[in-house]
Amino acid sequence: MQAAWLLVTLDADLVEITLRSLRVTLSALAVACLIALPLAALLAVRRFRMRRATIAVLNALMGLPPVVVGLVVYVMLSRAGPFGVLGLLFTPTAMIIAQVIIIVPLVASIAHQSLRDLWSDYHDLLISLNATQFQRICTLLWDGRRALLTAALAGFGRAIGEVGAIMIVGGNIDHATRVLTTAIALETGKGDFAMALGLGFVLIALAVAVNLSIHWLGKTESEGRW
Amino acid sequence: MSDLFPVSVRNASVRRRGKVLVGPVDLQLGGQGTSIVIGPNGAGKTSLLKMLHGILRLGGGQISWACPTEQAQRQQAFVFQTPVMMRRSVVENIAYPLRLNKVARQEALAEATIWAERIGLGGDALQRPAVLLSGGERQKLALARALIRKPRLLFLDEPCASLDGRATREIEEILTEVAASGTRLIMSTHNMGQAQRLADEVLFVLHGKVAEFSPAEAFFAGPQTDQARAFLNGDIVE
Ligand SMILES: Nc1ncnc2c1ncn2[C@@H]1O[C@H](COP(=O)(O)OP(=O)(O)O)[C@@H](O)[C@H]1O
Ligand SMILES: [Mg+2]
Repeated sequence: MQAAWLLVTLDADLVEITLRSLRVTLSALAVACLIALPLAALLAVRRFRMRRATIAVLNALMGLPPVVVGLVVYVMLSRAGPFGVLGLLFTPTAMIIAQVIIIVPLVASIAHQSLRDLWSDYHDLLISLNATQFQRICTLLWDGRRALLTAALAGFGRAIGEVGAIMIVGGNIDHATRVLTTAIALETGKGDFAMALGLGFVLIALAVAVNLSIHWLGKTESEGRW
Repeated sequence: MSDLFPVSVRNASVRRRGKVLVGPVDLQLGGQGTSIVIGPNGAGKTSLLKMLHGILRLGGGQISWACPTEQAQRQQAFVFQTPVMMRRSVVENIAYPLRLNKVARQEALAEATIWAERIGLGGDALQRPAVLLSGGERQKLALARALIRKPRLLFLDEPCASLDGRATREIEEILTEVAASGTRLIMSTHNMGQAQRLADEVLFVLHGKVAEFSPAEAFFAGPQTDQARAFLNGDIVE
């Protein structure tokens, strides 16, 4: 009851935390896509020596426990670490870095699977038309845009629900690095279930929206609309 | 750009996993007319066309065009047996080769529209997703997308294999026009009527080799090899 009340009255804390969550996750997603999507296309069109190894590494990284990613980023950014001078620890930037590391392998793997299929379809045509390497990659990224959006949504879903890594590198500081998942963990620990549930509803709504979008994208794709 | 003919193929072969798909092939092709490639299923027609087009890597021998290979490739186009429908609209599919050559978008689309109409894909069809086209429409799209490159040499791999009589006639009419305008055609087919209607010369392919290469009239009047004779009679060729 109280949880619903927090939602309908747009409780200031709740709104602030939700917006920060979205900002951190969308930033991480944008950076991750810039890295993962071209990488996926490159892996699809090019037969270079390290290709198989790169794909294997990506798949292995997908199973990396987020807590470990958090720990590594923490060590890197801590005062004594190699990037300590940047003073990034316990800032949203640190959280974005950790999330990027967590979702790049996921987005790249999903994107690579569909771009590889697309490439096997396009291969002969694009070779026949003398498309350059760069043109091949651009064509795959453009024509595969639905599948890539699906990959990005999966990345978003993973990042927005992640708690372990960003708790470690962000520190869950009120009005600074507190986001949906870390706030839920905290409020539950404190026994403030109304706030925890309210935040939980927001998180669930976001997750459901993402999954519905993925489903809808898959349907329009199979019907040939876009 | 200088002309790519005559082309001479010497001892050329293509291998896959130790197996010889094509060759060794020795051929001299002049710059005029239409060559029809015939032969039983699995004989290597598709592989031969792709080898000549340069999209299958040679395992041995060479293909020498009258101009540098890169220039030669720019003057060729290929219509695949199963046309590739890019996930784009019909008109964007046809415009795609121009876009690769850095032609401005509006100009490319305008030219694609002209080709689409010439080939019978105009009007409402233009903006439809290409993946929704029927078999005959797909072949037309692939043909328009090949012709927009204004190729000197056009390869066609069984372009009418899955089409009904009327669609086949439409494609043949277009091809006759294209040939009359000076484009060199090399086309495989298993439709002997079509082969007789279009061919100036015939390449009979068997077991990956060119078993017979003759002017069309001579070939259809009396093939030199027993296998070709059996094939024309509709017998099983071993
Ligand atoms: N990529 C490939 N790898 C291995 N074998 C192939 C490949 N492509 C074709 N073949 C084989 O080569 C032979 C010739 O095929 P193809 O050129 O498609 O014949 P056709 O077009 O005359 O039916 C067939 O036996 C086919 O199974
Ligand atoms: Mg074939």
